[in-house]
Amino acid sequence: MGAILGYPIYNLVRLSLQKYGLTELIQHHGTEVGLHNFGTVLHDPVFWHTLVRTVVFTVANVGLTMVIGTLMALLLVRVSTWVRILLTAGLVLVWSMPPVVAVQVWNWMTNSQNGVLNYGLTELHVGNFFQHNWFETPFSQLAMVTTLVVWGALPFVAITVYAALSQVPHDLVEAAQIDGARSWRIFRDVTMPVIAPVLLILTSLSILWDFGVFTQAWLLIGPGHIVPSNFLMGIYLYEEGYVRTDFGRGAAISILMLVMVAAMSVVYVRRMLRVGEVE
Amino acid sequence: MSPRTARRLGWNAVGMVVFVVMVFPVFWMISTAFKTDDQLNSVTPTWIPTHPTVRHFRDALARPYFWTDVKNSLIVVLVTVVVAMALAFFAAVALSKYRFTGRKLFIVLMIGIQMLPATGLIIPLYVVLARYHEVNALTGVILVYLTFALPFSVWTLRGFIIGIPKDLEEAAMVDGSTRLGAFLRILFPLVAPGLVATSVFAFITSWNEYIWARTLLNDSSKQTITVWLSYFLGTSRSTDWGALMAASTLTAIPVVVFFLLVQRRIAFGLTAGAVRG
Repeated sequence: MGAILGYPIYNLVRLSLQKYGLTELIQHHGTEVGLHNFGTVLHDPVFWHTLVRTVVFTVANVGLTMVIGTLMALLLVRVSTWVRILLTAGLVLVWSMPPVVAVQVWNWMTNSQNGVLNYGLTELHVGNFFQHNWFETPFSQLAMVTTLVVWGALPFVAITVYAALSQVPHDLVEAAQIDGARSWRIFRDVTMPVIAPVLLILTSLSILWDFGVFTQAWLLIGPGHIVPSNFLMGIYLYEEGYVRTDFGRGAAISILMLVMVAAMSVVYVRRMLRVGEVE
Repeated sequence: MSPRTARRLGWNAVGMVVFVVMVFPVFWMISTAFKTDDQLNSVTPTWIPTHPTVRHFRDALARPYFWTDVKNSLIVVLVTVVVAMALAFFAAVALSKYRFTGRKLFIVLMIGIQMLPATGLIIPLYVVLARYHEVNALTGVILVYLTFALPFSVWTLRGFIIGIPKDLEEAAMVDGSTRLGAFLRILFPLVAPGLVATSVFAFITSWNEYIWARTLLNDSSKQTITVWLSYFLGTSRSTDWGALMAASTLTAIPVVVFFLLVQRRIAFGLTAGAVRG
């Protein structure tokens, strides 16, 4: 099994040091070019623009997911039992939606002709959204991808944080209330320390997932409308490596991306390793 | 009404609003699938289909390659699940019962590979699969899904096996069972719930998978259902939204059913480190 997992990585490194296009794919071996692929990628302005865009995208997505998800979890604690059961069931339903299905539903809801979003916003007097195109600019395109990604990620965060909240000792909260502490202070000084490890794990997992987003962005913006000005890292890699059949360069981008991801996942891996040692 | 009850009612109201907002897209998908064309094309939406029709479902099912691609998805998913479970079970036993050199590296590699974005591995795996002529073949896709399903399965099963007291196994052996006998009669039944949970998870991830299936499978007759669904929109300006939503509903049903069965365990597996530490 080590071979199954290790081999792709070994192959990735070898490819990144080779000129490997369609001809090489047919002949089954590439020409060694040293670090040439890395050089061209690092000198490509599209790479840097994409990197900045992806970082901003990731921060926005993770921030929204974590804040709204935590608020939902706090809400779950405060509502009556039947509302909690109903809300949890709804969250699980959302959680289980396949991404490709969610993309199609989003396409339909945001349809400029008779999508329910334009109708609803106009009726609610948010503004005149008659035939509004939600995919006009790269910003609006990625904002729509954000709504889709955050919607899909919220259930996992909300339910997990709720589970962590149930471990907050009741008497501690009550004691704080009797002492006249405000709810914000109770949250910060009593609740937060208990749920902090869970939030940490969820945040680092979300960072990894959102940094590597592909399916939602690719399909919602539409393969025909994918251009350098709306690239995310995963899409840049796919376009450069696979679509243009420059596998060596694609491998170099993959490695750069994986190194960044690895740096970000240190927290998560270390925590899981500790679980692995406790037996 | 006491202020306490009033506050509870307020939170309940907020809870209901959140519920409606979150569930609306799913509701809208199902509701659209049952509407008549007049209701679909009108600018003023119909909220609940008053005269439900199953015509869109018939249209979706009649589209070319629907059944072929459902069959492909089922083949890929079932083979992935069966092979992954068999391999993962023994790997998990080895990992939790025996100490071997490179054990720690193995764990790091396993957790690490889970963390890698799938896109990062597309290029090297594509090249390897092309070398062995596994592009445009279901076997290639199955191999890829295994690399993603195995780490999670091993990790989750390992959690189940560790939970089993060693005395239980030893007691069976003292009673005259062979190692294999003890293994099968004691260990296996106790790990069974774990096997169910992980296989459902493997089922869901492979059923939902899109990038790999799209990249590796080119023929319409060889694609999986998610790829089929993604091409539905096509380039034409007049999309048959009713049929698209009907097809989406059909694609989601197996996942929803299986998901409801194991949701708790998946959440636990992913954050076990945090909750326990």
